[in-house]
Amino acid sequence: MLAFIVKRLVMLVVTLLVASFAVYGSLYLAPGSPIATLTGGRAPSPQVVAQLNAQYHLNDPFLVRYWHWLVAALHGDLGESIPLQQNVSTLIGQRIGVTASLVLLTSIVIVIIGVGLGIVGALSHGTIDNSVLISSTVSAAMPAFAAAVVLQFVFAVKLPWFPALGDGQGFFGSLHHLILPALALAASSVALVTRVTRAAVREELEREHVQTAISRGLPRGTILRRHVLRNAAIPITTVVGLTIASLIALSAVVETAFGLNGLGSYLVQAAQNKDFAVVQGISLVLVVLFVVVNTLVDIAYALLDPRVAIGSRAQ
Amino acid sequence: MSIPVGGALPTGTAPEGPGPDAAAVPGEAASARSRRRLPELGVGGWISLGIIVFAVLLALFGPILRPYDPNEVHLSYANVGPTGGHLLGFDGAGRDLLSRLMVGARTTLLGAALVALVAVAIGSSLAVLTAWFGGRFDTAVSSGLDVLFAFPGILLAVLAAAVFGAGLLSAGLALAMAYSPYLARVLRGAALKERAMAYIQAGEVQGFSGWWLCFRHLLPNISSLIVAQGTIFFGFAVVDLAALSFLGLGIQPPQADWGVMVSEGKTPLLQGYPLEALTAVICIVLVVSAVSFLGEKLQERSTGGHR
Repeated sequence: MLAFIVKRLVMLVVTLLVASFAVYGSLYLAPGSPIATLTGGRAPSPQVVAQLNAQYHLNDPFLVRYWHWLVAALHGDLGESIPLQQNVSTLIGQRIGVTASLVLLTSIVIVIIGVGLGIVGALSHGTIDNSVLISSTVSAAMPAFAAAVVLQFVFAVKLPWFPALGDGQGFFGSLHHLILPALALAASSVALVTRVTRAAVREELEREHVQTAISRGLPRGTILRRHVLRNAAIPITTVVGLTIASLIALSAVVETAFGLNGLGSYLVQAAQNKDFAVVQGISLVLVVLFVVVNTLVDIAYALLDPRVAIGSRAQ
Repeated sequence: MSIPVGGALPTGTAPEGPGPDAAAVPGEAASARSRRRLPELGVGGWISLGIIVFAVLLALFGPILRPYDPNEVHLSYANVGPTGGHLLGFDGAGRDLLSRLMVGARTTLLGAALVALVAVAIGSSLAVLTAWFGGRFDTAVSSGLDVLFAFPGILLAVLAAAVFGAGLLSAGLALAMAYSPYLARVLRGAALKERAMAYIQAGEVQGFSGWWLCFRHLLPNISSLIVAQGTIFFGFAVVDLAALSFLGLGIQPPQADWGVMVSEGKTPLLQGYPLEALTAVICIVLVVSAVSFLGEKLQERSTGGHR
């Protein structure tokens, strides 16, 4: 088990190194000089050029420059946004809270509704099971931006229960502003979690040891908790974890749709304005979060099901 | 199941039994088999097929049959609902909504089809090459792909937009790059199974070249899985391209496109004129559900089992 975890952590570091190299190197794929890219095509004064040359070590070889950038990034310094004249780390710090709350709230929605509906669907037959299936099919086909628009129309315009745009003030204000975005972000993921949960619970219910427990007359609740859900938890945890990882990037769409001032919407604006330092900084943060969550899911999977770690050693 | 942008794309299962080698079955038996298999689509499959055929016809002929010029602005008619001659009324800039939907079908579907095609081409070549050569080449390519998994498709597309400018080309290429590792991984499993089959070894012993065996035998025998995966990823591409256009990083206005229409229709929607955004959303959701339903059916059939 330890060997498996160490192996995954080494893979994590390698992936992050290569990913950071790709994020950094993409700047130099841009047509034109790095200075033109960094200033977004604005004509820079000689002082700015000199400052940029010094700051980005533009006169050094490429790998040296990457090394400087990486070391600075590890120290929390992601450079300077040229159009805003502000430190990128500060800009990220101001916005990461909104994204984190959005992803957290969405995860809660996914777990409660997705796992809940999946269990209900698996345990029931006929109408209830069918309505679970139909509702998950409909919501699976709802891309986040489409769900956002529909929710805004129904619950903000037609029924003025929730605000359509913007961040709120204070805890309850923010929560009130985050509910529709979280539902929009959750829509298609809930469907996936529901389906996986339903299939996993169904499969466990048919197992011999569960059938034996039923025929021995054990209480239904005990069987469900001790024999069914415990085993079904393995695929469910994995799909929930991977889904949450995918929310990190997808939040950009929902943040933009609801005018939330988070990392994702800011990344999109920065890409449109060619504010490259910000694009690099936020991309790096998002990739790190994504890769770390994925690794944690892998490790959790191996802890829940030791066969995984053994299988990887056997290869 | 349709998961838009992001990491958790479902990786289809590799074929369990021997691949459905339609090429090896003599003509008459093959047609008998396809006749027997047709009804397997079920009601949902036929409805999906109908929606897809309609959408393709719309993409082909929409721009010719459209009743009005999709970019002709009548500001005084902005957000006017359906009236005589304008079945769906006008959008926020006073352009004929039905015409924009019809013309937008081509942009939306053609863009996504190109993305899926490029991704399938890259993914299946990588799959066949890694399965064929194996060894160090396989290890190198597979670990390279592992790194690409670290980039959610939408992030790659945003990076591409920042570097090369927003537009269909950079968004499409970024998405194709983001999809191909998933395709390569699924197809590699199938190709490996096929590579181990006796007929390939027999071919090698008889001295047929690797290219001949790959293109004449291996690739055709995993083609049904390639088609199924291509269909599924076409659905993802419709969603992701529309999402990028919605963000302003994909197809650029005033070009008529369903994603752009959702984006442009958002402001009127908040003012109580939802027709533009909602009709575009309905078009996207219908096509995507139909495509992903059919893709899953094809996948089931190509892997020879239900689930």
